[in-house]
Amino acid sequence: MAYVEMIRIRFLTMLAYRLNYFSGIFTYIIYTGGYYFLWSAVYANRTSLGGMTAGAMTTYLAVSWMTRSFYFNNLDREIADEIKSGAVAIQLIRPYNYLAGKLVSAMGEGLFRLLFWMIPGMAVAAFLFPVELPTSPATYGLWAFAGLMAFLVNALLNAVFGLLTFFLHNAQGLRWAKSLATDLLSGLFLPLHFYPDWLQVIIRWLPFQTISYLPNMIFTGGLRGHDAWAAIGLQAAWVVGLAALTWRLWLRARRYLVVQGG
Amino acid sequence: MRAIETHDLTKTFMRTESRPGLAGALRDLFDRRQTTFVAVDGINLTVDQGEIVGYIGANGAGKSTTIKMLTGILQPTAGTLNVNGFDPHRQRERFVSTIGVVFGQRSQLWWDIAVQESFRLLQRIYRVSDHDFKTHFIDGVAEVLEIGPLMATPVRKLSLGQRMRCEMAAALLHRPSLLFLDEPTIGLDVSVKLRIREFLKELNHRYETTVLLTTHDLSDIEALCRRVIMLDKGRIVYDGTLTDLRQRWAGDRTVRVVFGADVDPGAIGRACEREEETTFRFRLADDEDLSDLLPALVRLGPIRDITVLEAGMEEIVRKMYETGGATA
Repeated sequence: MAYVEMIRIRFLTMLAYRLNYFSGIFTYIIYTGGYYFLWSAVYANRTSLGGMTAGAMTTYLAVSWMTRSFYFNNLDREIADEIKSGAVAIQLIRPYNYLAGKLVSAMGEGLFRLLFWMIPGMAVAAFLFPVELPTSPATYGLWAFAGLMAFLVNALLNAVFGLLTFFLHNAQGLRWAKSLATDLLSGLFLPLHFYPDWLQVIIRWLPFQTISYLPNMIFTGGLRGHDAWAAIGLQAAWVVGLAALTWRLWLRARRYLVVQGG
Repeated sequence: MRAIETHDLTKTFMRTESRPGLAGALRDLFDRRQTTFVAVDGINLTVDQGEIVGYIGANGAGKSTTIKMLTGILQPTAGTLNVNGFDPHRQRERFVSTIGVVFGQRSQLWWDIAVQESFRLLQRIYRVSDHDFKTHFIDGVAEVLEIGPLMATPVRKLSLGQRMRCEMAAALLHRPSLLFLDEPTIGLDVSVKLRIREFLKELNHRYETTVLLTTHDLSDIEALCRRVIMLDKGRIVYDGTLTDLRQRWAGDRTVRVVFGADVDPGAIGRACEREEETTFRFRLADDEDLSDLLPALVRLGPIRDITVLEAGMEEIVRKMYETGGATA
């Protein structure tokens, strides 16, 4: 199957630059350690904050960065670069769907980072800091599924912003704003229920929480059973909505290519 | 069988024009000026299976736009086209499996990974069976292009010539019956050029592969194409054999003679140019034969070497415009 092979190729490409990633493992451990000491100071004598123990908080942040290594990709920049250089036209001489090809390549990249960077990093971090790993296999299963959905939401969001380059001469600023929003509003640094109420209301209507907060809460046990499934349902709804938007933008982009020249 | 057939193929683009200055830019925000630009203007083109056709013309003549329509990348504005029995744009995903494309200025291989991985990925993409991959590709195309030693090298480490051989192989991996080559020899040194030409001739001879070639290097055309199509301002200005093109526009030939001793060429009453000490160039008019000139030359003195130089393509093209004959 061509798409499976494309995952493999991206994996190999990443492997060609694997040295870059060994340093990444240390960065990850330093991040987790930094958060651990920061939160230890915040908790001080308290056992729980916002319904979370210090251990749960450390676990939340450790898993938050680990999931990020899987869902994170530069699809927006890749698509924008290919549009600007005209390489997108060249891709059309191959018998596969351009966007599907991009999506599976990003998947290959995510899997690489997860396996060679995050899992070793997490193992070391769990050894050094009080990370509380779930005991139930079902939790791991749900979390893995939620992680896959998070990947799709983020990748489609990136595709939308990449495709906007077709219509705006320079969409770079927009892409930066989106990156910042993804990191801040997804709950990467802090569980969202610590945010002010008015902001939480806004965030509930945005896709970002489905990228980090919901999978992390499943992992730390904050969302269980029915609630966990509801979270995954919300992710699925965003996947469908964003996929439809991406597809419409792609069709319009192709028409633009036809009208304005390659 | 027809490989390519087009009727009144036309492509117009909308171009947004910017007004000069800051005030102009502000006006552009509210009121964009759009102009229509005809890139390809009613082209009728038929190419039979097994032909090698040279598609030439100056920059901006519409070559690339035509190629993009023929390969399904762009949708025509008007007219019909049929390539390998498909409508390239509408039936894109099925159609592209029947063609191979090499863009000299863009790589189709995956930059950071070994050549063989790119080939393997293309094998999967085009659903080529392992058996065909081995017998037709590894032992066929790759063998002839001598790609074996490059297989394990990442594409970014290949020289331009090596990369172009790999690009050529990649375009042929799925055994397309029609090959589009857009400036395939750009920047290559002579020996690689010759090798690629030999390979294309062999390919065309053995598998009847149709080749449409655009190039700025007119020696490619001379070496490969019996038929030449010339494009200017989006229209076909010449479509015929290279020989015919030569006969109609080649005009005078030049005879280059190396004498064995000092001679005075003025004695035969012909215009000539001195190239070196004892080397002279004589003009031979269209209706003259070499035998009209030879006796006089022999009388001048001992002849060591004699060459008849035909007009090059550059000269033909220039002449076509000068004489206004480019409306055939």
